[in-house]
Amino acid sequence: MNEVAVLGAGMHPWGKWGRSFIEYGTAAARAALADAGIGWADVRSVVGAGTIRCGYPGHVAGAAFAQALGWQGTRVTSVYAACASGAQAIDTARAQILSGIAEVVLVVGADSAPKGFFAPAGGDRPDDPDWLRFRLLGATNPAYFALYARRRMALHGDTPDDFARVKVKNAAAGALNPYARYRTAVSAGQVAASPVVADPLRLLDVCATSDGGAALVLSSMEYARRHGAGDPVRIRAVSTVTPVYPRTEPGLPDIATDSAVAAGPPAPGFRESIARAAYEEAALGPEDLSLAEVYDLSTALELQWYEDLGLCPEGEGAGLLRDGATALGGRIPVNASGGLASFGEAVPAQAIAQVCELTWQLRGTAGERQVTGARAGMTANQGLFGHGSAVVAVS
Amino acid sequence: MVAGWFTKSDDEEGFRLLGTRCGACSAVFFPREDALCRNPACAGGVLTEVALSKRGRVWSYTDGRYRPPAPYVSDPESGWQPYTLLAVELAAERMVVLGQAVPGVTVADLSVGTEVEVVPGILSEDADTVWTTWQWRPVEEER
Repeated sequence: MNEVAVLGAGMHPWGKWGRSFIEYGTAAARAALADAGIGWADVRSVVGAGTIRCGYPGHVAGAAFAQALGWQGTRVTSVYAACASGAQAIDTARAQILSGIAEVVLVVGADSAPKGFFAPAGGDRPDDPDWLRFRLLGATNPAYFALYARRRMALHGDTPDDFARVKVKNAAAGALNPYARYRTAVSAGQVAASPVVADPLRLLDVCATSDGGAALVLSSMEYARRHGAGDPVRIRAVSTVTPVYPRTEPGLPDIATDSAVAAGPPAPGFRESIARAAYEEAALGPEDLSLAEVYDLSTALELQWYEDLGLCPEGEGAGLLRDGATALGGRIPVNASGGLASFGEAVPAQAIAQVCELTWQLRGTAGERQVTGARAGMTANQGLFGHGSAVVAVS
Repeated sequence: MVAGWFTKSDDEEGFRLLGTRCGACSAVFFPREDALCRNPACAGGVLTEVALSKRGRVWSYTDGRYRPPAPYVSDPESGWQPYTLLAVELAAERMVVLGQAVPGVTVADLSVGTEVEVVPGILSEDADTVWTTWQWRPVEEER
């Protein structure tokens, strides 16, 4: 198997701290290095997940972190893929390790997010679909999540109460996570009392924007053994697939879907194909998972992921939730970390943070939120413009 | 701002969204694709302008209760009036096209499957310019 070892995992707590993304990334990197028991000088490659909202250093995140940690001549890579940036950074590190280019790689992602809605870069840019969807439609990210949520209500009979249950579940898990921004329980009544952002989604149905950082030290299995980590958590698959034409669900930031006139809709659809690619590479199926970390940009979207990951048949996500299967203590806990509901979104960090959580869970060191006997976990998200992302880790 | 995305006509009856169609595989593109057909199975054909269906059915809908950030144009001095956003399925083109609803239509007026038609509308205006756009309007029951 083409496995790589997770030698170290580290995070900077999520929140609105008002500092530079470099500070969060550096803190997370130092924590990951300490966890791995190696020094920064031992790292021969650093991969930074980029952010577009922090100006020039954000674009060259790898070098920005390398400078902050102290120039030491390491190989450097910077990766940007919106919400999938972290997963593509992990994939890049893995490829370097498996090809023998590097034995041990530091992966870092961090962000200082602006308050309120994410917005495109400034200026008049009518050739940019992301700019156009704001200019012409006022279509914020939550507006897209709301279209998906309403569609689920029409197709599958989901209700706003089901959506609220996701928040209640994730807030309960997040309350047990010292890295989460929100660490208090939330009731269904509090969700229902929060203002509508984009019908049918309320403020507590959509994730906040946050500052945060996460880092991993990945290495070859041989390096791990030499280093005394004989049985580390391993990354067994990384999926970074694009959609297959025609994409028939309006994806961010598109103004229209592809036409299905010339070719019928692909099966499986995009999100499902992300999971399938990871399962295939890992030689695992949904029945093998102990837990999953998915992008709950909205509560409703988490239910969609249950189905796309094959945790239940299509349309039965709300049923799986209502049965308690995806809560801590359930058959297949989802977002044991508390999810984005508890963290908020720090774009380049979050996909890495998901793998940090899998690492701690698979080591059995997740404390009060530990999933008993966790052996295999999957992360899933998708990035703007059609970036797939899923990581499978095993112990 | 988006040249060639819809007809210039102010006449509601004649107003259409404009896309392009591939001469080889018949794929339709909106917003218009003038360079290359994006169907990976297509050897590549000439893309010609095509008017999209005037009517479609609501695939989903929502609204914006908070003021969107720039470059959306709205007067920060005036109170925020939520807009309604529709995703509309066009049967002939087998595609979903987003657009705002005409002013006055709220989510309470809609359901998935509601028939709507495309009409010209005003995106924003200042002293010198009126920016037109497309909007979706529920089709009145025909008697």
